[in-house]
Amino acid sequence: MALPIWLFILASVIKSVIVLGVLLTAVAYTVWLERKVVGHMQNRWGPTRVGPFGLLQPAADGLKFIFKEDLTPPHVYKPLFIAAPMIALIFALTSISVVPFGNSFTIHGYTIPLQITDVNTGLLLILGITSIGVYGVALAGWSSNNKYSLLGGLRASAQMVSYEISLGLSLVGVLIMSGSFSLRAIVDAQSGHFWGFIPRWNIFHGQIIGFFCYLIAAYAETNRIPFDLPEAETELVAGYHTEYSAMKFAMFFMAEYTNMITVACVATLLFFGGWHGPLFGPPLVRVILPLFWFAVKIFAFLFLYIWVRGTLPRFRYDQLMAFGWKFLLPLALVNLIATAIAVAW
Amino acid sequence: MSVHLILFLAFGAVCVAGAVNLLAQRHPINGALSLIAVMAALAGEYLLLGAEFVAAVQVIVYAGAIMVLFVFTIMLLNAGVEERTKDSRVAILLGVPGVLLGGVLVGWVVLRHSGTEAVPAGALPGDPATIGQLLFHEFLLPFEITSVLILIAIMGAVVLAGKPATSPAGKVEE
Repeated sequence: MALPIWLFILASVIKSVIVLGVLLTAVAYTVWLERKVVGHMQNRWGPTRVGPFGLLQPAADGLKFIFKEDLTPPHVYKPLFIAAPMIALIFALTSISVVPFGNSFTIHGYTIPLQITDVNTGLLLILGITSIGVYGVALAGWSSNNKYSLLGGLRASAQMVSYEISLGLSLVGVLIMSGSFSLRAIVDAQSGHFWGFIPRWNIFHGQIIGFFCYLIAAYAETNRIPFDLPEAETELVAGYHTEYSAMKFAMFFMAEYTNMITVACVATLLFFGGWHGPLFGPPLVRVILPLFWFAVKIFAFLFLYIWVRGTLPRFRYDQLMAFGWKFLLPLALVNLIATAIAVAW
Repeated sequence: MSVHLILFLAFGAVCVAGAVNLLAQRHPINGALSLIAVMAALAGEYLLLGAEFVAAVQVIVYAGAIMVLFVFTIMLLNAGVEERTKDSRVAILLGVPGVLLGGVLVGWVVLRHSGTEAVPAGALPGDPATIGQLLFHEFLLPFEITSVLILIAIMGAVVLAGKPATSPAGKVEE
């Protein structure tokens, strides 16, 4: 049964507030996780002082960012200098609105999906919003009026435009198999098992090359090591955010981690069966378990991100471009053709 | 007024304001950003017509890829504020009335010769499946020919932008 309009608005507002709250908390604790995990990989402890295991460190960091002096250097182009971090963060946060977290549940005969909104071109919407997010980084680099920032902004825009093509193509294989752009439909197509025990996730369904391409392109899109050339600290001071301080700097940081989470969500939904996993126990547990499996998969991806960061060195710029155009793009194309032939057959 | 009409007018206003701002701004990067606003607002209008796929492609391709390259080029060349010369004043004097006249003419023709009926929202099939059917069945040949055309344009750009061939002595051949 469809909701009346005022209930629909109320449900949407409640869902948005919950999702945004969880997302921002997750962002804060991803930073904590990264510092902790990289610390242990480098034989250090990471944050330990604030709270048990340094768990209150994100709160302390937030307070510090808010109370720091917000410097605006004299020679920047002010309107864009102020707008750039907002563009980066707003578009990063918007893309979570079409991500489904679990099945729908029913209260008093009304069905409410665990998703802010189910758009039938949900995946395209995410791709569109991420492609707009580039402007935050590019404009920050340009408006700072600093050569290191400018170089960082230039690198970011070139890198993101190049890898966006591989990113999009690597997902087409999944789209061919599920026949829909709706993220919910894509997840529903992955329910069930092969021979009773292997889950019917797309990654076990011939999309392993597609997943490989997606993972690499996604690392490049989020400017993470080994693709963090826009902020390469050994050559560009801090790249596009060199001139930023206090909360404006924090907004870039939050945008980057939000993008990491979005990328992990898309990978989970498209290749790892979303919220599907073993279901057991009493009814209440059965409602919570899908959310739990979804969170576990996201966590695994975030851990992989951090692991890669702790392991790999940075690419050289020419290597980055050659890899993207000469290896990743043809590989994604081959995957697309192979999938199309397999499905047509 | 229905929500659709309000949204249509809002997106239209953003679109026109962005277009006028594009002409009025003297710094190339502001011009490029106005153009992005125009394209995003156009995507909104497509969405109101029920063409979600076209709207998404408009954002991904135009606002997200082509305009990024524009901004990239402006940043790379470090283009400054455009100069105002005598010629540009003449262009304004002649251009603004010319555009107004042209706009009035086009508007008059459109209003006169079409049964001016608003397309109801969602009346046209704009979902990806329908567009795919059209592109890859009915319009397959034009679609493929366009792709060849674009390929030729890319090759032309590569030839034009490529380094001039060097002779073994290292001199540039003219």
